[in-house]
Amino acid sequence: MKSIGEKSRYLPPALLLVGLVASVVLPSTGLVNNYLQFVLMSVAINAILCVSLNLVNGWMGEFSVGHAGFMALGAYASAILTVKLFPSAPPALLFPAAVLIGGTVAGLAGVPVGILSFKTRGDYLAIITLAFLMIVKSGLENIPYTGGPRGMLGIPRLTTVAWAYFWCVVAFWVIRNLVYSKYGRGIAAIREDEIAAEAMGVPTRSAKLVAFVTSSFFAGVAGALFAHQLQFINPSSFDILKSTEILVMVYLGGVASLGGSLLGAGVVTILTQCLQPLGTWRMVVLPALLVLLMLFRPGGIMGYRDWNWLKPRLRKSKEEKSR
Amino acid sequence: MKYLAQQAINALQLGSIYALIALGYSMVYGVLTMINFAHGDVFMLGAFFCLLLIAIVPVPFWLALIVVMGATALLGTLIERFAYRPLRNAPRVSAIITALGCGLVIQNTTLGISPYARPMPHLLDNTTFQLGGLTITTLQMIIIGVSVALMVALDFLIRKTSFGMAMRAISSDRATVPLLGIPANRVIAVTFALGAALGGAAGLLYGMAYPVVSAAMGISVGWKAFVAAVIGGIGNMRGAVLGAFLLGGVEVMTVAVLPSTYRDLISYSLLLLILVFKPHGLLGKPTLQKA
Repeated sequence: MKSIGEKSRYLPPALLLVGLVASVVLPSTGLVNNYLQFVLMSVAINAILCVSLNLVNGWMGEFSVGHAGFMALGAYASAILTVKLFPSAPPALLFPAAVLIGGTVAGLAGVPVGILSFKTRGDYLAIITLAFLMIVKSGLENIPYTGGPRGMLGIPRLTTVAWAYFWCVVAFWVIRNLVYSKYGRGIAAIREDEIAAEAMGVPTRSAKLVAFVTSSFFAGVAGALFAHQLQFINPSSFDILKSTEILVMVYLGGVASLGGSLLGAGVVTILTQCLQPLGTWRMVVLPALLVLLMLFRPGGIMGYRDWNWLKPRLRKSKEEKSR
Repeated sequence: MKYLAQQAINALQLGSIYALIALGYSMVYGVLTMINFAHGDVFMLGAFFCLLLIAIVPVPFWLALIVVMGATALLGTLIERFAYRPLRNAPRVSAIITALGCGLVIQNTTLGISPYARPMPHLLDNTTFQLGGLTITTLQMIIIGVSVALMVALDFLIRKTSFGMAMRAISSDRATVPLLGIPANRVIAVTFALGAALGGAAGLLYGMAYPVVSAAMGISVGWKAFVAAVIGGIGNMRGAVLGAFLLGGVEVMTVAVLPSTYRDLISYSLLLLILVFKPHGLLGKPTLQKA
């Protein structure tokens, strides 16, 4: 048993490094054409969205439909930086800063939603996140500075496969470490029974706040990457349908599962690309898929399970070692 | 003063349409404690059914109203039977997701069939009356009249008939009711049918009042009615009506003062504000359990 553990210890970091090198080198060799690069970036961005929504909807067991709203805030905040405030700054410095600030703005917006979740649960929390989404969307439509309903054009194309990959790894790493920590067990305990969790000493309020803020931070990061990938954003790109798309990924891949988030994002992104010729009817397929999933496999493909290589290794305690 | 009174009539017209839709949301929530997100799209289909009916046979208003209500009632029962009933004992989140999915399927299917907004033909001769300086049209009178009549009928049904009693019983204890020999499934199905019929009627009335029908109506108008139901206290019929007229008033006021693009912003902010201070709406009862 021990030897397998020792081998697999270096495998994930090595794979991650290979992935990073590949994501930097491959696009410049011309082996991967632009379309494929676009799809790869979309998979990474969607994976960030999916794993971050999974933190609230999967591990914490709440139902948030406002994820597209957080994404919108991140997208707009970063685009304001790169288009309006510092259009001539060197992109190598500006872009990471813009993504971080986009994430921070969205994370800050997650605070009030988290606070509102102290008292409200279930249906009412879903309503609050819905109201949040609608307020963000119609608020953005009424700000002339960012182009109102027409949105922002001419955003520089700064998102590369490497950046998308990097942020995707960061998101998965942070959320993995959170949910497999003692604190993260508390988040999962809220899902099972909030009152019992509180009685057992789980700091439910701060756990909820941490979950919401982390989740919305990464939604903002994904939004920033999304804006600099498409080079164009408008308020209606972040409507309820966008939230539904992320929901489909979460519930198709698997709730409370890192591997499921990856799988869901990959499958849905590629499916959307394949269904492109269907036009409007594509938007029928995704929600219908969601309904069928709920009816026949509510946990998704990998609900509440995970691949071992994605889990942190358990450290043996001193007593166990001496035994 | 005259201006205010005129706006009040507009608010009454909008509010009564909202009220009809909000009742559908509230009835389903009362019986199943489930948010029927697809209801807004049933409302939208009500308007489209009417369009379709008139295109096939030109029927008078009253007949159109009855046919549309029947068609949406059937649709509501079908959704309940095939999408919601299998999930009745599943976690609540699954039911909400299914409802959201159903709504989007209906909306986007309609969008696929009819991508552009369509004008609604006139069903009635619209005469304008002058009442002490106020203008009121027959259309407005009919909309408000039909809505109030339907609401009174519903109130009678819920409070005075044995069916209404069964419905109220299910909403207070769903586990015990079947033990007492009440056909719970049938009562729930009829509740869905009633709610959907009211939504369909609202769709027809809305199409007549604001004569453009589009697939996005389910979200832009239907979800407003949902906001109204929550503001009034979802699950409470009178609360839904109160919330609808309140929201109608606020919206008409907003449009009178600010550019009309602020409408959604103000209504959803109002919803958030009310939920912060009165988490169960204006007339809703707080539940005892935290969960």
